[in-house]
Amino acid sequence: MAEKVLMKGNEAFAEAVIRGGVRFYFGYPITPQSEIPEFMSRELPKRGGKFLQAESELGAVNMAYGCGAAGGDGFISSSSPGIALMQEGMSFLCSAEVPLTMLNASRGGPGIGSIQPGQADYFQVTRGGGNGDYRIPVFAPASIQEAIDILYDAPALANEWRNPVMVLVDGLMGQMMEPVLMPEAKEPLKSSDIPKAKPWAISGSEKGERSVVKSLRLQPEVLEQHVERLFEKYNRMERELQRVECTDIEDAEVVFVAFGTMARLATEAMELLQSQGIKAGLIRPITLWPFPYGAFDALTDNTKVVISTELSMGQLIEDVKLGVRGRFPVKLIHRTGGMLPTSLEIVDKTKKILEEVR
Amino acid sequence: MSVFCGIREPDRRVMVVTGHYGSGKTEFSVSLAMLLAKEGLGPYERLGLCDLDIINPYFRSRERRAMLEAAGIRVYGSAYQHDVTAELPELSADVRAPLEDKGCRTIVDLGGNDSGAIVLNQFSNNFSREETLTLIVINANRPETRDYDGAMAHLQAIERATGLHVDGLINNTHLLRETDAGCIEKGHRLCERICADTGRFIWCDCYPAGIVPEGDIEGRYEHLMPLGLYMRPGWLDR
Repeated sequence: MAEKVLMKGNEAFAEAVIRGGVRFYFGYPITPQSEIPEFMSRELPKRGGKFLQAESELGAVNMAYGCGAAGGDGFISSSSPGIALMQEGMSFLCSAEVPLTMLNASRGGPGIGSIQPGQADYFQVTRGGGNGDYRIPVFAPASIQEAIDILYDAPALANEWRNPVMVLVDGLMGQMMEPVLMPEAKEPLKSSDIPKAKPWAISGSEKGERSVVKSLRLQPEVLEQHVERLFEKYNRMERELQRVECTDIEDAEVVFVAFGTMARLATEAMELLQSQGIKAGLIRPITLWPFPYGAFDALTDNTKVVISTELSMGQLIEDVKLGVRGRFPVKLIHRTGGMLPTSLEIVDKTKKILEEVR
Repeated sequence: MSVFCGIREPDRRVMVVTGHYGSGKTEFSVSLAMLLAKEGLGPYERLGLCDLDIINPYFRSRERRAMLEAAGIRVYGSAYQHDVTAELPELSADVRAPLEDKGCRTIVDLGGNDSGAIVLNQFSNNFSREETLTLIVINANRPETRDYDGAMAHLQAIERATGLHVDGLINNTHLLRETDAGCIEKGHRLCERICADTGRFIWCDCYPAGIVPEGDIEGRYEHLMPLGLYMRPGWLDR
């Protein structure tokens, strides 16, 4: 049986995607995720893969686009401003239905911002910063082990849906250490297997048919038809990919909603409130798109308020309001700019909010 | 109850702490400084901690400056002391002061791996080899230093980068809150093997205080040292 090891988030993320089958990495260093390209530059060549440092994040995402179009299982990672530069490529990848695994170790913004952890990329990753109608599944793990499990499955998921998949962590998860169990490595896709595994790819095979991977469709009728077909796929994703973890929400007077690092702080705040006799619960979306709106239907009349707890000025709260559908007041507890609240700060603010809504 | 057995090689004034990144150099350096501040400085008048980590953006000892200074420990490192979150690969010339000051016991917390350790070279004329004890922190639960070859490769790379001879090993084999006596024993055996082959010594075996019951380990090792998990916020381990 495999033994637990102590790993830093960023190196664990990189190892997990390699074990999940990724053999191509394109990137440009940026704190707080630079250990990922460093790890990939050292490990991929040893395992029959390729590491390429691009001249910029824009270069990296387009190299990955080319790699994916040719059938390779690729991975890109960056942090907030770098992910912003990659948005154009993400739109192209979605239109051309090219699979890719992506990771954002987000930091304080806007602009260059800070190198401390943040969650203010929520709109960027769930609404898309690129042009056109497209969707990208976004996973938000709250522990390094959960991130490993998601990243290990992500390349297969991207291939299954022929779509990029994003994993959103924050800088703290990238930099911290946790004991983890690594899954057994999957057999990576061989070049000779691509024509069969990915018949749509530009594999250079001698199958006699041309494969065309493109995002340009000049005839509006053709483009409309294409986008409608994409949305049939996105609708299926909404039904099949949602993930959420709910804790003690059935009779909760106050329900926190939080993801990633903030969910760990909210868990501590929830337990502190419970120890003081206040019934508190937590809804932790693991997918941010598709957002698990249905989880809010389980809230009962015992609930007095739903509180979105975020490391941003109020982005997650928009999806919380859509999930709550006006049944309960929705409030915000947040810090931003790279600041983290303490659990006691969350508890104090929650008590004040409860006084207002009771 | 503390089972800290005091400092080995006490006449070596400057203690250089190196290791693979993530091995626990900073937790060790901060814990050692806090223990020495509590237990007394012996022949020295001052205690200094040099944070020479220009590799890691988070979890650097200068983040605990207020706690360290309240305990009487002076912290040296970045010139931008007001801004612990700045990501600037710079070090203050002040670092020379505790290295040169014969009245100051000085702990040097180097950044990760050989690439982090190389920054010490610029200060090589500011302290003598005779008064320096160079230590390497080993965590046998880290993937790259879990076996003999991996740990030796890191030790040799750090020696090449710094030009220093690693005198002693610190067994800091842990899994954070999941650490047990078996972890410590596993790391101890690895360190023992390296020491037997290379003529070095185990400077101490560490255990996370409050996690591994002291009764499980007391008496099993010559030099035990409790680590305080000063750098890691408690809510991460709920």
